[in-house]
Amino acid sequence: MAKQIKKQRIKVPEQDPVARIHNFNEVALGYTWDLAVEEASRCLKCPYSYAPCIKGCPVNVNIPGFIQKILERDIKGALEVIHTTNSLPGITGRVCPQEEQCEMNCVMGKLGDKINIGKLERFVADEARKQGIYPDIPQVEKKGKKVAIVGSGPSGLTAAADLAKMGYDVTMYEALHEGGGVLIYGIPEFRLPKEIVRYELKFLKMLGVKIVTNVVIGKTFSLYELLDEYDAVFLGTGAGTPKFLNLPGVNLNGIYSANEFLTRINLMKAYQFPEYDTPITKGKRLAVIGAGNVAMDAARSALRIGYEEVYIVYRRTREYMTAREEEIKHAEEEGVKFMFLVSPIEFIGDENGNVKVLKLIMNELGEPDSSGRRRPVPIPGTEFGLEVDAVVFAIGQKPNKVLYQEVPELKTTKWGTLIVDEKYRTTMRGVFAGGDAVRGEATVVLAMGDGKKAAKAIDEYLNGEPWPEEIKPANFW
Amino acid sequence: MFEILAKKELAPHIKWIRVKAPLVARTAKPGQFIVLRLHERGERIPLTLYKWNKDEGYIELVFQEVGKTTYEMGTYGVGDKIMDIVGPLGKPTEIENYGNAVVVSGGVGAPIGYAVARALKEAGNHLTVIAGFRSKDYVILEDEFGKISDELLITTDDGSYKRKGFTTTVLEEYLNQGNKVDFVFTVGPVIMMKLIAEITRKYEIKTLASLNPIMVDGTGMCGACRVTVGGEIKFACVDGPDFDAHQVDFDELMLRLKQYNREEKLALERYLKGGA
Repeated sequence: MAKQIKKQRIKVPEQDPVARIHNFNEVALGYTWDLAVEEASRCLKCPYSYAPCIKGCPVNVNIPGFIQKILERDIKGALEVIHTTNSLPGITGRVCPQEEQCEMNCVMGKLGDKINIGKLERFVADEARKQGIYPDIPQVEKKGKKVAIVGSGPSGLTAAADLAKMGYDVTMYEALHEGGGVLIYGIPEFRLPKEIVRYELKFLKMLGVKIVTNVVIGKTFSLYELLDEYDAVFLGTGAGTPKFLNLPGVNLNGIYSANEFLTRINLMKAYQFPEYDTPITKGKRLAVIGAGNVAMDAARSALRIGYEEVYIVYRRTREYMTAREEEIKHAEEEGVKFMFLVSPIEFIGDENGNVKVLKLIMNELGEPDSSGRRRPVPIPGTEFGLEVDAVVFAIGQKPNKVLYQEVPELKTTKWGTLIVDEKYRTTMRGVFAGGDAVRGEATVVLAMGDGKKAAKAIDEYLNGEPWPEEIKPANFW
Repeated sequence: MFEILAKKELAPHIKWIRVKAPLVARTAKPGQFIVLRLHERGERIPLTLYKWNKDEGYIELVFQEVGKTTYEMGTYGVGDKIMDIVGPLGKPTEIENYGNAVVVSGGVGAPIGYAVARALKEAGNHLTVIAGFRSKDYVILEDEFGKISDELLITTDDGSYKRKGFTTTVLEEYLNQGNKVDFVFTVGPVIMMKLIAEITRKYEIKTLASLNPIMVDGTGMCGACRVTVGGEIKFACVDGPDFDAHQVDFDELMLRLKQYNREEKLALERYLKGGA
């Protein structure tokens, strides 16, 4: 008789919310071997050619393949299956929106809970790291060609890994003092421990990728110089320029972009000031403007550096929030308060220029806008003030222009994103681009998917595929 | 790692260092800056370039010990290494032959003023330098300025050296004497730049101010350095550091520079007590 399949997911142990808002340790603690095997045993093991989970993955990880290896308790085997298409499993296992990708189509969903693919992937990466296991480095013939990668975030890392595995000589340039891009400066420690990013970067170095920090392309070297020295260039410069609303008082002290707030905390370790030299404004109450994943990261970080009351201030309603459900849930559990249908109109400061009051106005939902979401319409006479010690803008980022402002050949869209065709070719011969530099703002794994496909396109180009006369802009969203 | 090749004390708490940084020296231009981090636990601070040598691969910086990081850097000697230096950052100063150019610097604005003054001289300008210092002991770069300027007007706040008074008074006098001025570059304390801008506004003289806000990355990523220029939000690190002085909201900049006064004081006291 066939064994009964467990309908419910095996729960992932989590840090208690009351305890975790006082530390930066990871929230989800991850599966143990036994729990992982138990969860893995629920998988129906769809054949490779059919498995809907693989099709839902932007980098097409062979999911039933690595789950099988978990059942065999073969950690290196599982790791190698994942690494065939994804060099950053410790990262993707944590930050991918699995519920919209691999897990969305999981056949198990028809019988019960879908398989917790994300946490299983994470388990493989963590267990391997614990045991110091890396996948075997494939022995490939060197191509004798050089590729430069600009930016060491998710798209650049993925492109670099794939190109190195193909035998290219890859050099990655990073403006900050440490590689990893948004994975290092943006995503908080409690969602993605930096130790994991460093471990996965180490694997890239084992593949032969050179990572050069403290170099700003467009300043230290020009793009033209890179093109002289390298056979192809990939731009994975992300969407690093924060947006502010130009409201009265927007430059008062204590008003941050999410980028600055998170960079001070994550990259510069301001939460350990004065042991670390970088300070950050502390106080009792902080408001975050915006309702995406970055807003949740900022709000939850604020609790951890000692803010007692943290508000998410959002102009629409809960169902329009763009953050992942898991992030919203974690924020709620930790005590973040949500204020819907309100928009900031002014910031009022004290005599020292420190923000003290965030003035808001209430909205109602009107007609749908171009995004299909109902537009918030302010209700006259409903202005009110919220006393605050700090405010964080998490209303999005746009691409950083430092690189392109002196390169007229690189054409951009009206949003400032780079124009590329379906093979990630920019309007400049030999220059490819992907990730948020092209998409505006998306997710880590979509950027990784771009890096992967761009690597393939770069390989084709370096094998003689002609560069088109005209670049036909592809649509990525 | 970036090795310190030479070091000198120019005045009490004002130090000059020469650091090996070939990639920065290679493309550096007057008015540009670097961001440095001393060590693993350090903060990132911007410092504008004083001199550089492409062939020898070094840059020169002048800094005043005011906070924990600069005090600590002051203890670094020849052979010691700064962990991270990135640059050159920011837009170079717009150098052209304006005709009669005046550089007004205050205190440790002098090294930046020097870099720009030299380039203005090389571009063919008639160059006047007005350099103000607190007192005789704090006068720096006098010989350097002397070599490149057509006129050098040094002033001290207390009159202990050369003339007594602020740079604003000297500039105002210079203009009152009927000297025709086509361009002013100013760098130094924010209050000084603000007052210089008020004078040149009256005379309708094109004036650039080199701003020194707090920065983190220095590449346009964080917005810590945002300033209001002509009613718009600008990032000093990528849109500047030079801006039309007549458009800058200096009062806002002054307040923004005080953002971490309390923390800076705490960190410095702790450091001087031997805490870290």
